[in-house]
Amino acid sequence: MNGADFVTFSLTPLLIGSLAALACALPGNFLVLRRQALVGDAISHVVLPGIVLAFLVTGTISTWPMLLGSAASAVMAVVLIEAIRRFGRIEPGAAMGVVFTAMFAAGVLVLEKSDTSGVHLDVEHALFGNLESLIWLDATGWTSLVDPVALAGLPPELFRIGLVTVVIGLCLAAFWRPLAISTFDEGFARTLGLPVRAIGLGIVIASALAAVAAFDAVGSIIVIAMFICPPAAARLMTNRLGAQVAWSAAFALIAATLGFTLSASGPAWFGSENAVSAAGMVGTVAGMILACAALFGPART
Amino acid sequence: MQARLEDVSMRDMRERATQGGPLVIRGMTVAYDRKPAVFSVDASFRSGRITGIIGPNGAGKSTLLRAGLGIVKPLAGQATFFGTTLARSRDRVAYVPQRASVDWDFPARVVDVVAQGLYRRLGLLGRYGRDHDDMVMTALERVGMEDFSARQIGQLSGGQQQRVFLARALAQDAMLYLLDEPFAGVDAATERAIIKVLKTLRSDGRTVIAVHHDLSTVEEYFDDVLVMNVRKISDGPVGTAFTPEALETAYGGRLERGVRDPQKARA
Repeated sequence: MNGADFVTFSLTPLLIGSLAALACALPGNFLVLRRQALVGDAISHVVLPGIVLAFLVTGTISTWPMLLGSAASAVMAVVLIEAIRRFGRIEPGAAMGVVFTAMFAAGVLVLEKSDTSGVHLDVEHALFGNLESLIWLDATGWTSLVDPVALAGLPPELFRIGLVTVVIGLCLAAFWRPLAISTFDEGFARTLGLPVRAIGLGIVIASALAAVAAFDAVGSIIVIAMFICPPAAARLMTNRLGAQVAWSAAFALIAATLGFTLSASGPAWFGSENAVSAAGMVGTVAGMILACAALFGPART
Repeated sequence: MQARLEDVSMRDMRERATQGGPLVIRGMTVAYDRKPAVFSVDASFRSGRITGIIGPNGAGKSTLLRAGLGIVKPLAGQATFFGTTLARSRDRVAYVPQRASVDWDFPARVVDVVAQGLYRRLGLLGRYGRDHDDMVMTALERVGMEDFSARQIGQLSGGQQQRVFLARALAQDAMLYLLDEPFAGVDAATERAIIKVLKTLRSDGRTVIAVHHDLSTVEEYFDDVLVMNVRKISDGPVGTAFTPEALETAYGGRLERGVRDPQKARA
């Protein structure tokens, strides 16, 4: 692949995939440490009907309607869980499982029946991501990076995920100490006067933001791997929180770039002509990183 | 500048301490699932003393402490710190939670945990400098843990973890120390190290309140006691409040002379 082809077909998917992995891995560290990995799973499922809903109402897929739609469906999920728990008299875990999968399934059905031919939104992409199609058609080579006309043709998903990643990164840096203290010892954090509820909610909101923005890149199903695998692998590499977050960022970037590259060129090495799903490969690489860390990580004990 | 501010706040602290005790609890009632854990407890803790909160398992000792600190929400009642609200006294109050209340597998070294005690000095983005490092090391030396500063907290023994928690509270440089079961499941060396620190705090004019369940050490460790079992049973100096009658009421038939609380045997 020459430079021009790379810029047109690979640069933007690589960037979007990397940023999406990063945006998910950063809050994922705190979800994993708080033993709330299931929250990441829940968020990734609830996001789908929200996005479909937003599309049905506005007819476009743009950032704010998607976020609002996701927020609305998250609220609905909470209400439904509480109702089922109360009236169905079943344990909260079961109520959550039922609500998330049911809402997700409803999202898939509605999506299947809606006319989404005009936009990048169909069932397969919603589930498995859309990374390969996020190409930069206006690019003619590396010089396009300084060409305002070509830059205007960059996929809007890139700006969305870029903004979300920057916001999450800044919040993480600004609230690092309260996040660390309240994650380790909530009671003590309260006596310091830290708003531990707001901090917990902030982590969930950041995760939801990341899930919505990463939706384009890796879809609803694989996004959970991006929340959990890099931080879980990172925990096995170090005994320090700062180092863990840094490792998780590195693993996220490796999973995204290696996964995308392997999906495009990997099958050819084995004599197959068809590329495989990029998101699938990204998720697989993330899982393999976790497996390697579990076997060889220095901080396993 | 920093030093002068601290002088002012120290003086302020002493003035207030004479107006209201370090901790006054009024009508505290806490319930879990409608079952009262603490019922209408009034207590006033004396300044410059080591007070033990004594009672059997499930007597609501920890809950009383946690409700006073606003960690659990009481149904009724209030706690006053140094004659004012907790929100205005946070720099003067240090809390040592139960060791088992946190996950020691958390990715942190001993110094990282002790440095959490400096949060109110550092704030969100304040630079962690050499003098902060000195404060952390001083606190660790006071509990005899300076050689473990770079150790991952999960690799410590139970007693060492308890000392790290105490060091974090010492780094807060508070006037009132609230400890939840500081002697639960620790080795004898740790127990001696902790009580020595608590007595030093007392001789500095600070106040210590500790939830405790080992009846055999009460007279040795504490100046005052609060004996409770959901309700307050007695309080005051050990000589007058730590009586066989009070213990009989608190423990019912479960108390036998010379036998330690069963909680200790399990720990």
